[in-house]
Amino acid sequence: MAETSAEPAHVHAPPEGFIRKHVFSLDHKVIGKQYYALALLAVFTGMILSWLMRIHLVWPNAKIPGLELLSKVGAPGGVMTPEYYLSLLTMHGTLMVFFVLTNAPFAAFGNYFLPIQIGAEDMAFPRFNMMSFWTTFAAWVVLMLAFVIPDGPPIAGWTEYTPLSAIGKDAGPGMEWGASCWGISIALFCVASLLSSLNFIATTLDLRAKGMTLMRMPLCTWAWFITSCIALLAFAVLLPACILLMLDRHAGTSFFIPAGIVASDRLQPHSGGSPLLWQHLFWFFGHPEVYIAILPSMGIVSHILINSMRKPLLSAKVVIYSMMSIGFLSYMVWGHHMFLSGMNPMSALAFSFPTLTITIPATILTLIWLGSLYGANLQINSASLFAIGFISMFVSGGVSGFFLAQPSIDIYLHATYFVVGHFHMVMGVASLFGVFAGTYFWFPKMTGRYMSEGLGKLHFWITFIGAYCIFMPFHYLGLIGNVRRYQSFVDDFMAPYIPLHKFITIAALITGGAQFIFLFNLIYSRFWGKPAPQNPWNATSLEWSIPSPPPWNNFGGRHPVVYHDPHQYGVKGGAGDFVMQDSPEVIASGD
Amino acid sequence: MASTTAVTAQAEKLRQAARRGGVAATGADRASRSGIWVAMFAITMSFMAFTSALFVREGSLDWGHLVLPSIVYWNTLALLASSGTFELARRRLELVGGGRVQSGEPGIIWLVATLALGIAFCVGQYSAWQNLRAQGIYLATNPNSSFFYVLTFIHVLHVVGGISAFLYLLSRLALRPGVLRRSFFENTAIYWHFMGVLWLYLLLLCRTRL
Repeated sequence: MAETSAEPAHVHAPPEGFIRKHVFSLDHKVIGKQYYALALLAVFTGMILSWLMRIHLVWPNAKIPGLELLSKVGAPGGVMTPEYYLSLLTMHGTLMVFFVLTNAPFAAFGNYFLPIQIGAEDMAFPRFNMMSFWTTFAAWVVLMLAFVIPDGPPIAGWTEYTPLSAIGKDAGPGMEWGASCWGISIALFCVASLLSSLNFIATTLDLRAKGMTLMRMPLCTWAWFITSCIALLAFAVLLPACILLMLDRHAGTSFFIPAGIVASDRLQPHSGGSPLLWQHLFWFFGHPEVYIAILPSMGIVSHILINSMRKPLLSAKVVIYSMMSIGFLSYMVWGHHMFLSGMNPMSALAFSFPTLTITIPATILTLIWLGSLYGANLQINSASLFAIGFISMFVSGGVSGFFLAQPSIDIYLHATYFVVGHFHMVMGVASLFGVFAGTYFWFPKMTGRYMSEGLGKLHFWITFIGAYCIFMPFHYLGLIGNVRRYQSFVDDFMAPYIPLHKFITIAALITGGAQFIFLFNLIYSRFWGKPAPQNPWNATSLEWSIPSPPPWNNFGGRHPVVYHDPHQYGVKGGAGDFVMQDSPEVIASGD
Repeated sequence: MASTTAVTAQAEKLRQAARRGGVAATGADRASRSGIWVAMFAITMSFMAFTSALFVREGSLDWGHLVLPSIVYWNTLALLASSGTFELARRRLELVGGGRVQSGEPGIIWLVATLALGIAFCVGQYSAWQNLRAQGIYLATNPNSSFFYVLTFIHVLHVVGGISAFLYLLSRLALRPGVLRRSFFENTAIYWHFMGVLWLYLLLLCRTRL
């Protein structure tokens, strides 16, 4: 087992003054909260954009109050133009994938809890940590600039496929400076994520408390660690891709633009570039990104389920090895996003096989969760409900992945709503359920107060039912050939399905509305919630051994010593049916 | 038996501490060592992405041939020599104990030499770009020149990071002679040698593929 640190020396002084405490803070907990706040801002922005798109899809001539203020060109008189629909589609995807699904489960919760859970006083490089957040913030500002510049946001989708994304204004509205905003923003985001990953890895490897062996780390810490390893490789590839894209756009190079491209009736002055090169580089990042989004939630859910069941999972080690396998395999499957690109059928087969293989560790994880739940005396609260909801979404969304992994089926389904339903459930909603579960679970630690359980359960049920009402019909629509990314459905065969689209839109409005219950609960409970004790859930990991909220140096100068793994539930301990990791009690069953 | 092992381990720890100028490696030191390796891994991955792009792009009809300016070979010598001077600096500074050095120590001179060679490398690379420009070969002239400018420029950016570390080291040694964090010194050395190895790889790539 790797060596552990007995002297987690603190590397910065106590913060003084408002700016140092709350703005340019070196404290990993403040930085975690900053990431969370940014993700919250991004998720509500992204959600409102999805509302606008859904309304436009089913009521294309509807005047949406206030939309003209956002863009006079994109929504003259409050009616969205087809191009502006694509702009909103791009911004929705970019905000959600990068600024929500990467930030919230990984950067926000990881920053806050990883150092505490391993017994460290802070991250290994607090200044890099602060720089990571503020670079991410700058990336968000640059992206949002696209809304206010005259050009407007880009229309190329969150994947910014070349050659259109590389040729500039001839490609359409938003493709001159809007697309540059996108490229610069994502390049900045890559830099920030690389710094973050470096910090997570070094902290996990070298700042663990005495006795905190790797196998004694909580499962969510493992998930953040594996995710940081994935992110390190993924963003290190996306950054060069963005640099080359920007050079094609502004310096006249031809990395991604082939000869003979005519756009807006103009022959583009480029030659020899490969549009597929962008797809390869992008998806080499893009598929691991799916696991950057979902793995932290898997860890969080595992952590919460153990606590709620009051017993360990069937095998924590298998959970860890499965997450590692997923991380490893995630680098071998990027080509399954490109089955339609005209690749050699043998290449498609080579990508299909590992894609199907990756379902093995994912299935093992699911079976371990379900097998552990069988016969467990589960404590039902908002956190555990969202944890179970996560499993439900992960399974329901994941099953459609079996179909999409096979080239012969994917060729039919790839450009349809089937894919939209698949990735929204398995990557988007499932990951967000993990974030919600984590929020309800750790809120008492972060603030010293409980969130309202009543509002939490209401939030869960509306969101859970709503998510199924939105995304399951997408699969059905995909099967009948409903093409995605289109801003209207003019084919005759689609006419009978417009009512279904209206149902989805109404479900989206209601489900989105329920998120304001969560927002209210979050803000209200922060100030007026019921005070919570230090360890309200009778949990075992180190974060519950310190006051709520934790002091600036986490353990108040004490160097915790770890004696057990965090799965000591259902045992006879001095404090009840559990033994904390830093308790020297001898447990009969051992660890 | 157990106590003998414990005593041996303790003696080894003390020997290590003595070699480190009386300061045992802390968790923060180990983390910074891990950090530099992780950073180098990420940089390698980025250049692998550029290399993949080059391999894909070289299959196109407009791929030609680029004669590298001869100065890049002199630059290579400068960068390799700087690795040697940095090692000389490191050994001499270590001899005086954990980085507790005064200005004028021979180690400082070697450190200044390393800095000068690093700057010479960057100036030399700039000169190589000027040389190409004088021939009418710009960033967007052809895919070969595009890759040459991109690869060399990104590498120089990383070299500038190393030069910044040298400036920090020198300022610490000159302005605040005292205990210098040994891990920072060692990590700078690892990073700087890595820059040399990376450049050799890029030179080989440019020489054989562009």
